[in-house]
Amino acid sequence: MSISRNSYGILFESLCRGMTMLAFFVLVLILGKIFLNGYQIVTWEFLSMAPREGMTEGGIFPAIFGTIAVTFLMLIMVLPLGVGAAIYLVEYAGDGRAARIIRAAVNNLAGVPSIVFGLFGVGFFVLFLGRNIDAALGQGLIFGQPAMLWASATLAVLTLPVIIVTTEEALRAVPLSHREAAYALGATRWQVIQGVVLPQARAGILTGAILSVSRGAGETAPILFTGAAYFLPRLPVAEIPWLGIPMINPLDQFMELAYHIFIMATQSTNPTETLPIQYGTTLVLVALTFLLNLTAITLRFFFRREAAGR
Amino acid sequence: MKESELHLLEKSRSPAPGAKLECRGLSYFYGAHQALNGVSLTFPDRQVTAIIGPSGCGKSTMIKSFNRIGEVVSDVTVTGEVLLDGESVYGKEIDVVELRRRVGMVFQRPNPFPKSIYDNVAFGPRLHGITDRRQLDEIVEESLRQAALWDELKDRIRGSALDLSGGQQQRLCIARTLAVDPEVVLMDEPCSALDPVATAKIEDTIASLKQRYCIAIVTHNMQQAARVSDRTAFIYQGELVEVDETAVMFTKPRNKLTEDYITGRFG
Repeated sequence: MSISRNSYGILFESLCRGMTMLAFFVLVLILGKIFLNGYQIVTWEFLSMAPREGMTEGGIFPAIFGTIAVTFLMLIMVLPLGVGAAIYLVEYAGDGRAARIIRAAVNNLAGVPSIVFGLFGVGFFVLFLGRNIDAALGQGLIFGQPAMLWASATLAVLTLPVIIVTTEEALRAVPLSHREAAYALGATRWQVIQGVVLPQARAGILTGAILSVSRGAGETAPILFTGAAYFLPRLPVAEIPWLGIPMINPLDQFMELAYHIFIMATQSTNPTETLPIQYGTTLVLVALTFLLNLTAITLRFFFRREAAGR
Repeated sequence: MKESELHLLEKSRSPAPGAKLECRGLSYFYGAHQALNGVSLTFPDRQVTAIIGPSGCGKSTMIKSFNRIGEVVSDVTVTGEVLLDGESVYGKEIDVVELRRRVGMVFQRPNPFPKSIYDNVAFGPRLHGITDRRQLDEIVEESLRQAALWDELKDRIRGSALDLSGGQQQRLCIARTLAVDPEVVLMDEPCSALDPVATAKIEDTIASLKQRYCIAIVTHNMQQAARVSDRTAFIYQGELVEVDETAVMFTKPRNKLTEDYITGRFG
């Protein structure tokens, strides 16, 4: 009896161990294949040059630049929106009916396929918002076309649930006893949030921000119709009027890593010939995402220490 | 004993000298659950009043009603009155923020903020608009001295409060409470999470604080009530059973229930 019971335990443990090994094996297989096929391509030239010869030669610099620029813009839009919403939901809205409905809506938003966001982006941002702004300005077609602005706005909507959920979790993790202590000292609600809750939640919020960036950087569908370009002979950069300082031009189209991989694999005249470039681009994208996650972990560690007053 | 009789009992005695805080016919509800039922009690200034009673009797609820901290986290209803210097704490014109500055609270478990020792103590004064460094330094030192922590910690006040021992953390919380210059200090079983040595230190601190503040301490430790308090009130099932000078209470309780409780027949 006891032997058979024990052997069930051993069986279960081996089963779980097997599953873990399998998951790990798949991961290693994918990353290994990408690395082995890509690492020779990724040279300084590959990283710093534009594509040449109908994108069968040269580098991917515009795509790297575009990816960073579009996710940067996305972050500027989504961070205040998401953090603000999460603070409202956790600290002010309580657990009423309205708050529950909003929470459910946010969770559902996280489950919507990204192509839906892409179509929404075209319909709402480009055609509705952009065209109406153009009509109001009367200066011709400026906003009513695919642009980095609309692509990053679409990505912002896509990553909104990531920010809201992680921020909510970070806020909830702040112990009630700390809030009570602050209230007991005569803090107002805002003072409790600003002096006790936010400093402790900062690491979590930051993690959410970086997770949203690594999510946004890897997306293709949302930017497909809203601003990503097949090929651009120039960087989406313009000078700020009167100041002469170059900056990202949010009204221009842009190249992007994930989209670059997609078109190389499906739209290119000769996908087999560009296979090394595809691997190289994939490796760069994976490395970029990995780097972002690593930053998230490092920052979290740093902020945890700081949050403890050490 | 009936609630009305208790009222009379409390009134028939000479009122305690310089009543700082007072509750009259105080009832307290968490949603539909009634935690306190018509409690009337006075807290004299510069004295320690201990509130004893078995777990769940409503003693913590009582002091949480005095600084209105209970309503921060729960849905509560309060009837009756709580008076601070004769002014109703639940009145319309009361400023809750100012009330909580005047009526400080030390909680059951030490709850220092994950900040430096200095920033913990300076937190309250900063809330109330003090930004001058020298003034803050003075307040921090003075508060830590009152909590008997200054000599232990003066060389590491920039260090994390979380690196302190439990007893030190609790005294830091006392210092933090004192830093906003309160008039009343409420303590909700401040030693229940501490060892005997740390408990003794907190009790010493309470004894010295008595000279400046009106103190209400909730405890389920009878010896502690006997050691630190001038007056003791016994609460049972949300009602005040008896209140008297501590010395009288622990030697000649008038109520059978009180006697049973302090002699350890239940609790």
